[in-house]
Amino acid sequence: MNTLLQETETQKSKILLALEDKDTNVQFDDALENEMVLNMGPQHPATHGVLRILVKLDGETVAAAVPELGYLHRGYEKLAENCSYHEFIPHTDRLDYLSPLMNNTAYILAVEKLLGIEAPRRTKFIRVIISELARISSHCLWLGALAMDIGALTVFLWTFREREKLYDIFEKLTGARFTTSYTRIGGLEQDMTDDVKATIQQFIDQFPEKLDECERLLNRNKIFIDRTDGVGAISRDKAVALGMTGPNLRAVGIEHDLRRASPYLVYDELDFDIPTFNGGDSLARYYVRINEMKQCVRILQQALEKIPAGPIHAFETKKVLPRKERIYTKMEELIHDFMIINFGVEPPVGEVYHAVEASKGELGFYIQSRGEGHPWRLKIHSPSFMNLQSLAPLIQGRMISDIVAIIGSLDPVMGEADK
Amino acid sequence: MTENVVELVKKNFPDSVLAVKEFRGQTTLHIKKEDIVEVCTFLRDDEQCKFDYIVDVLGADAYTPENRFEVIYNIYSLPFKQRLFLKTFTDESDLHVPSVTSVWQGAQWPERETYDMFGIIFDGNKDLRRMYMPEEFDYYPLRKDFPLMGVPDSLPLPRTLREK
Repeated sequence: MNTLLQETETQKSKILLALEDKDTNVQFDDALENEMVLNMGPQHPATHGVLRILVKLDGETVAAAVPELGYLHRGYEKLAENCSYHEFIPHTDRLDYLSPLMNNTAYILAVEKLLGIEAPRRTKFIRVIISELARISSHCLWLGALAMDIGALTVFLWTFREREKLYDIFEKLTGARFTTSYTRIGGLEQDMTDDVKATIQQFIDQFPEKLDECERLLNRNKIFIDRTDGVGAISRDKAVALGMTGPNLRAVGIEHDLRRASPYLVYDELDFDIPTFNGGDSLARYYVRINEMKQCVRILQQALEKIPAGPIHAFETKKVLPRKERIYTKMEELIHDFMIINFGVEPPVGEVYHAVEASKGELGFYIQSRGEGHPWRLKIHSPSFMNLQSLAPLIQGRMISDIVAIIGSLDPVMGEADK
Repeated sequence: MTENVVELVKKNFPDSVLAVKEFRGQTTLHIKKEDIVEVCTFLRDDEQCKFDYIVDVLGADAYTPENRFEVIYNIYSLPFKQRLFLKTFTDESDLHVPSVTSVWQGAQWPERETYDMFGIIFDGNKDLRRMYMPEEFDYYPLRKDFPLMGVPDSLPLPRTLREK
């Protein structure tokens, strides 16, 4: 009997053991003071995907929380080791599926760093433009979802109207609305036409006003402020120690933005501010992202004005896929196409890491190459993963309804956190 | 700037630094695994380094008889805006690596992920559970000897009544 008991004890999942501390066995006089464990997710509309949180509740207050990840784990790092560098591009769309263009850019910059090639100037500008459009698109969803989590449905509908316009731009630009797969090594899938440029101009002309409308709904809204002000606050030191990244880190007053800290593409030629805010609570994170969208519009305006004419593909015949019409007519290009498709671009032996400031934070790719057409090891450093790490300390001691608002303000995307 | 940091580490830990690698402008220090915590603490606290921010901890399987597994630390200095990579090696026979969670709290989840994917055990990590895979899973999927298609019946998947 005794051995049986021991066995069940060891079989008890480690998660439960982690949650159970000595206090659980204490007998309370008042039955209502007992703590209970609640399982939130992975199928919960407010957890923004398939995040599962085990919360130990004392009444309605969170005594402890353990986030569980992995419900969307598709093993992209393993897949990457068996893909050529070009073949992995479509997989990057499915990481942070709210800003696929940003992931395309981040990945291709890492590969180009490994190869030691640089895209032409026009391509760099287009990559800046698509990155910033993706940032607006991602932040729009975050804004709508945060407001909806708190109970304001209107903002969600209004920001989705804006996202719809962005998707129309993506469709014109890349041929796909959602899974764009737009970048190529040393270039892009296709050039940005004047028509697309005009559509983007149209979008950014009207967007600040629309954003202002959303702000007017929220900035002085008592319910919204009560639900966010001081909720989920984190100190500056703790945020750094926990490795928080992106807007969440800037919401504790740290001016860290990779677009400024280690400029890539043409960000050093563009004039923009890095919004920071003190407090580290949900409201601070709200203001940082709202102001970031305004800066995006500034960047887009400058990029559209400065974008030069010229080629979009680097002149690296053995690395860059040749144009279709030339493959069918020229022998050299046919050979290069055959070699790149069948054996991949063959980078030198080495290890590189390149990170961009994505909408969620630092999105980096660490590539180990052994000189073959496919990476030996590809590690995706996802910002949502690092931001979720701070979720447990943030929700501890808060009410259960605050969990939803705090997750909403952290803006995690499970496709990226789970890889 | 990075040269300065490398010199400092070399001067303070002459026996710990095994090699210094440079590629495409990024510096990787190979550190003896026993000394990784001391080196990390120094890098975090020294006035000229101040690597206060952990970006990532990642594993890699070199698939060699010796020093099969690599653990790479991607650290960043917010005040000086510079990045440094540290690398340690461990063998298949001895999968233990000291945890750096005492230096940077944020290394907690990345170390769990590395444990999940490669089976590297971080001594000192207080909550070393699997990150993505289920607890019952017996394999380490990112090792090179793990097949891409997976191992049949290694995951307890729900079955329909008819299958039973």
